[in-house]
Amino acid sequence: MIKKHGINIRPGMTITGKWHQHKYVVIKQLGSGSIGTVYLCESEGKYVALKMSDLSTSITIEVNVLKELDKVQGNRLGPYLIEVDDWVSADGTFPFYVMEYLHGTTIRHFIQKNGQHWIGVIMLQLLDGLAGLHESGWVFGDLKAENLLMVDSPPRIRWVDVGGTTRIGRAIKEYTEFYDRGYWGMGTRKAEPSYDLFAFVMVFLSIYYPKHFQRTNQPKQTIFQKIDQIKSLKPYRACFKKAIVGAYATSSQMKNDLLKIVNHSQRNRQRTKNKQQGSRFIEVVGITLISLTYFIIAWFSF
Amino acid sequence: MKKGTLKQILLITDGCSNHGEDPASVAALAFEQGMTVNVIGILDDHDENADALQEVEDIAESGGGISQLVYQENLSQTVQMVTRQAMTQTIQGFVNKELQEILGKDETMTDIEPEKRGEIMEVVEEIGETCDLEVLVLIDTSASMYHKLNTVKESLIDLSISLNARIGQNRFAIFSFPGKRKTVQKVLDWSPKLDAVSTIFPKLTSGGITPTGPALKEAMYQFGKKSLFSSLKKPFRDDENHDQEAWH
Repeated sequence: MIKKHGINIRPGMTITGKWHQHKYVVIKQLGSGSIGTVYLCESEGKYVALKMSDLSTSITIEVNVLKELDKVQGNRLGPYLIEVDDWVSADGTFPFYVMEYLHGTTIRHFIQKNGQHWIGVIMLQLLDGLAGLHESGWVFGDLKAENLLMVDSPPRIRWVDVGGTTRIGRAIKEYTEFYDRGYWGMGTRKAEPSYDLFAFVMVFLSIYYPKHFQRTNQPKQTIFQKIDQIKSLKPYRACFKKAIVGAYATSSQMKNDLLKIVNHSQRNRQRTKNKQQGSRFIEVVGITLISLTYFIIAWFSF
Repeated sequence: MKKGTLKQILLITDGCSNHGEDPASVAALAFEQGMTVNVIGILDDHDENADALQEVEDIAESGGGISQLVYQENLSQTVQMVTRQAMTQTIQGFVNKELQEILGKDETMTDIEPEKRGEIMEVVEEIGETCDLEVLVLIDTSASMYHKLNTVKESLIDLSISLNARIGQNRFAIFSFPGKRKTVQKVLDWSPKLDAVSTIFPKLTSGGITPTGPALKEAMYQFGKKSLFSSLKKPFRDDENHDQEAWH
């Protein structure tokens, strides 16, 4: 998309808010979306993320969402809002907001580095966050791999862009085709928990299909096939398919199913580990016995 | 608050008009009569024609709407984004007017403390979700647009998926230009959904000239005709979501 932003921000510049007079030194651009651009800034010795746009309405809507997210009990998935202000520049006045700077890696990268056994944990963390959001009357909307981040110590999933968050019952504001059930002909674009759960499955598929896959005339079969082709997702197949067809009305229903699967597969892994350890023990003891026998034989033959 | 109907003309084109009056002046006229004109300019792969770009912007600006230039592959999302943003902009225009009456002249949303803008935006969003919407889509089918028509079709179906998720009612009509021996050709008459588009679109032929101005004028006239007609009839209501399967 070609934009006609009048905003001219370069690293090293200082942005001073019109209303609160706080100063933000721009370090670099972090990303640019349909609504605005996010910059990494430094303020009073701390890193913060600053989002600026020439669309005042969209910025205000996002601020509303961030404020609502702050109210969600126990929610620490979204970035917290620090300040809202305007920047008066030579090219005009631009609204911006400042939020917590989240630093981390993509889920895909995290799993490549830390192993497949993390996938169940990540799923549960994300589903937990979604459940909290849904219970407070919101749907995430634009749920996609790019909007999710794994942060360190302890490893946790966070979401970075809340621009698509929509009240349940309204129309989804922002979406990305691959993750959008409307695009796949698998449902409406009404904000309901099942909309997010469809996108949830697509997020985990996108880890294994980083270049995504094409829509066909039989979208359901295509997605099912793609789920079946991934070995690491085998325990989750049935659960994923239910989410794709919209069979889960709430995220806690899906979480219950997922919890059983994750617990089961963890226990299985534990069991195989024990078995392996057991056989290694026999092996060690056996070798010791044999060598002891040889030693005794050798001893007596003298 | 009384629930109103927003009227939009969505012009999808890929180039300069070369016939008839200045489209920007027609757009200004439409705006005067309570419609907004939004323009989406489809770019050919990475060769930008400065004149075409300027015209797209001019038409939307005089039509009180939004313009966006886009490559074919991003059309679907752009169509829905432009439509939604234009709705918000129009509603915000009304709200700003109201605010000026309360706060005094020249006060707009940006003069209000950022913390307080949220509540106003809540109202704007609420209206955007519940108001009725009429969109007349006007498609340029001049020769160079021919290989883009399939993308246009898909993006319109997609638009109706998005808009039909709203609480408010929608009505769409599609016209193309140039028509056979006429300025515009009716592709789809006012209807709450765009399912029928799939069967109609392949029949579109493409012509040589690009009479954007006259076509816009005709579109404006179609809007007028429709409201006259519907005021005689009870407004048409449709059961939502009953045939989702028919989309693809």
